[in-house]
Amino acid sequence: MANAESNYYIPHGSHWPFVGSIAVFSLMVGFSNYLNGASWGTYIMAFGLLVLLVMLFGWFGAVIKESESGNYNKQVDVSFRWGMVWFIFSEIMFFAAFFGALFYVRVYSLPWLGGEASGAATNSYLWPGFEALWPLTANGPGEIGGEFKAMAWNGLPLVNTIILLTSGVTLTWAHHALKANHRGQLIIGLALTVLLGAIFMALQGFEYYEAYNHLGLTLGSGVYGSTFFMLTGFHGMHVTIGAIILFVILIRCIRGHFNPEHHFGFEAAAWYWHFVDVVWLGLFIFVYIM
Amino acid sequence: MSTTTADEHHDDHHPSGIMRWITTTNHKDIGTLYLWFSFIMFFIGGFMALIIRTELFEPGMQFVDPQFFNSMTTMHAIVMIFGVVMPAFTGLANWLIPLMIGATDMALPRMNNWSFWILPFAFAMMLSTLFMDGGGPAGGWTLYPPLVLQTGDAFPFVIFAIHFMGMSSIMGAINVVATILNMRAPGMTLMKMPLFVWTWLITAYLLIAVMPVLAGGVTMLLTDKFFETSFFNAAGGGDPVLFQHIFWFFGHPEVYILILPSFGVISSIIPTFARKPLFGYSSMVYATASIAFLSFIVWAHHMFTVGMPLAGELFFMLATMLIAVPTGVKVFNWVCTMWRGAMTFETPMLFAIAFIILFTIGGFSGLMLAITPADFQYHDTYFVVAHFHYVLVPGSIFAIIAAVYYWLPKWTGHMYSEFWGKTHFWLSTIFVNITFFPMHFVGLAGMPRRIPDYALQFSDYNQIATIGAFGFGFAQIIFLGLVIATIRGGVKATDRVWEGAEGLEWTLSSPPPYHSFTTPPNVKGEWNWFTHQHYETVKTRS
Repeated sequence: MANAESNYYIPHGSHWPFVGSIAVFSLMVGFSNYLNGASWGTYIMAFGLLVLLVMLFGWFGAVIKESESGNYNKQVDVSFRWGMVWFIFSEIMFFAAFFGALFYVRVYSLPWLGGEASGAATNSYLWPGFEALWPLTANGPGEIGGEFKAMAWNGLPLVNTIILLTSGVTLTWAHHALKANHRGQLIIGLALTVLLGAIFMALQGFEYYEAYNHLGLTLGSGVYGSTFFMLTGFHGMHVTIGAIILFVILIRCIRGHFNPEHHFGFEAAAWYWHFVDVVWLGLFIFVYIM
Repeated sequence: MSTTTADEHHDDHHPSGIMRWITTTNHKDIGTLYLWFSFIMFFIGGFMALIIRTELFEPGMQFVDPQFFNSMTTMHAIVMIFGVVMPAFTGLANWLIPLMIGATDMALPRMNNWSFWILPFAFAMMLSTLFMDGGGPAGGWTLYPPLVLQTGDAFPFVIFAIHFMGMSSIMGAINVVATILNMRAPGMTLMKMPLFVWTWLITAYLLIAVMPVLAGGVTMLLTDKFFETSFFNAAGGGDPVLFQHIFWFFGHPEVYILILPSFGVISSIIPTFARKPLFGYSSMVYATASIAFLSFIVWAHHMFTVGMPLAGELFFMLATMLIAVPTGVKVFNWVCTMWRGAMTFETPMLFAIAFIILFTIGGFSGLMLAITPADFQYHDTYFVVAHFHYVLVPGSIFAIIAAVYYWLPKWTGHMYSEFWGKTHFWLSTIFVNITFFPMHFVGLAGMPRRIPDYALQFSDYNQIATIGAFGFGFAQIIFLGLVIATIRGGVKATDRVWEGAEGLEWTLSSPPPYHSFTTPPNVKGEWNWFTHQHYETVKTRS
């Protein structure tokens, strides 16, 4: 440990990955059984969730302890960075699948159902009279889910955009404060970021409430509802996870963790938050405005 | 890269018994776990193949009902792809990449442990679906809606198992990328890396890019079935063809994920037994990268008959044919490596040569399938089955087997029995052709795939194929016995094992120490750019 800069570091063995497998396995088996109509599936899910929480506490706890005791050298730091970068890239590709579905629906499947291009016969034989209008008839020729109104972009979504962009600024402020060793500013900036994240989630919840209760827009509202709720829903899930991560980082900051040189935990959380931010901009443009 | 000297942080006190394997962060332990997992799944998937071939021995329904037959074809594919070839390559990556680049372990050892330990759970979930109400998934491994939405209780389990396997693959791939980019010994520049490392680096990128897309696609299947979404429902404005696009955007890079590491293996073995440096090293790297790039823009050649605009058909046809160019470069380079080499034909070399010839046959039938108008005839026939089994069995599987023979002495410290190795080789090569070559003919004659019964005139070739399948299957028992025997004992292997072997892994003892290269080898300087000879290495042992 004397010369941490120049040593390979191999973490000792850990039972947490195996515990994590049990947790995710239980969650999945429980959820599957629940979907197949067995209500006891929820108990298995609850068990899985509990084990998952224990695993996250245990695994991250071990990593934080090792990090704080100065075990992690430069090489470990770089490994973590590459790991996080490519994890975020994989997340981007996950969202790409849903954006791709949205584009495909907008560019091909709906116009074809409406009789454009190679879909002409489909329209005249199967769905005569169907006009493809986005978002008006975007629940398809079967009008799946009944009448609905689309979500306007200039109400809550615009507010949410401003909130999320502001949270990016406060987070960057916190990062600069950390690098300049201004712990007070760091904690305020980070706390503001978490708060803005929480407000975003609350407003998103309110938006869903409005959609279900006043616009007739549900997950079942044809392909508009599918793409709208799956894209914003998965994004909301990521905001939630990101806010929890930032909250943990906030607690660590309050406890005096990190220093101006070593704070990859903070940076990883910040990268994740910015990624969530950028995805939102994509959503705002392609789901809400266009 | 850090200038590494001594090591003080190693955890040499690993627990023994089962806990050693459950908690291990050692790349060799994890590599071994992956390889054994893959081996076990190979026999499970092979058993399913034999059920299929038994039913197809004669026209008419003999042994299984059609639903079960279809779930066998589906499961056979899922097991062989996600349970055999991918874990085998990840196992090889775990064992070899740190040794080849002079690192002491993988970059993220605990995550490495998790990416392995997901697999037994994921496959427990996947295989258990065979015993559920409505049977296992039977709509084919491509999971096309709306057919797959008719799956019984198995459906959510299949979806989540795929999510789970995807998590494992992504974490494994991230680990490979971080290891290669961050853990190389000083002086090990990118263009000095052995091709196995290069091919895996590129494979890892493919994995990180496409596994999440598959996860997204199957999530849409799940919500379409259980949560009223309409992604693949035309009445709601969606389109079942959308799933095919998403699936094959994953699926086509996936088939290169299954073959690129093989290219790396073959590029390691051929120079050793030809006793010549690899011909065209840098062109091999660029060819691999080109194949990976092209793999993202050819996916719709799996869907020529689905009804696409003409421009789409043409684009995907031409882009697909382009792949023949970098692949041709590779085959050319392997042949040129052997040209005028001082060749010997030990078992790994035999498998490698068989790989080149038989994989090329699979590549040629792939070219035939790439021609859109011709594909209208071949689509969903046994010709397709023949094609992809030629690239996967004497392709990927032969490369994995060749890798095992090549590095087994290094891993275990014992030489395997050359007699049994060659017996295994000849039986495998003869029977693999007896199995799959006739499928070209029945396919061209019009026999559809995924059908448990067939017209009388296809009987002869189907019976030949079934005999071949049983021969190939039983030949693998020799392989199992040989691997176990080699682990348990045998002639002591030297450090270098093969006379012509080059590379850092051969500078270590056989078997290598639990933590190898605790002091990184110095590979600076001694690099002959003309011959692309391997570096002379300061021999290091820990």
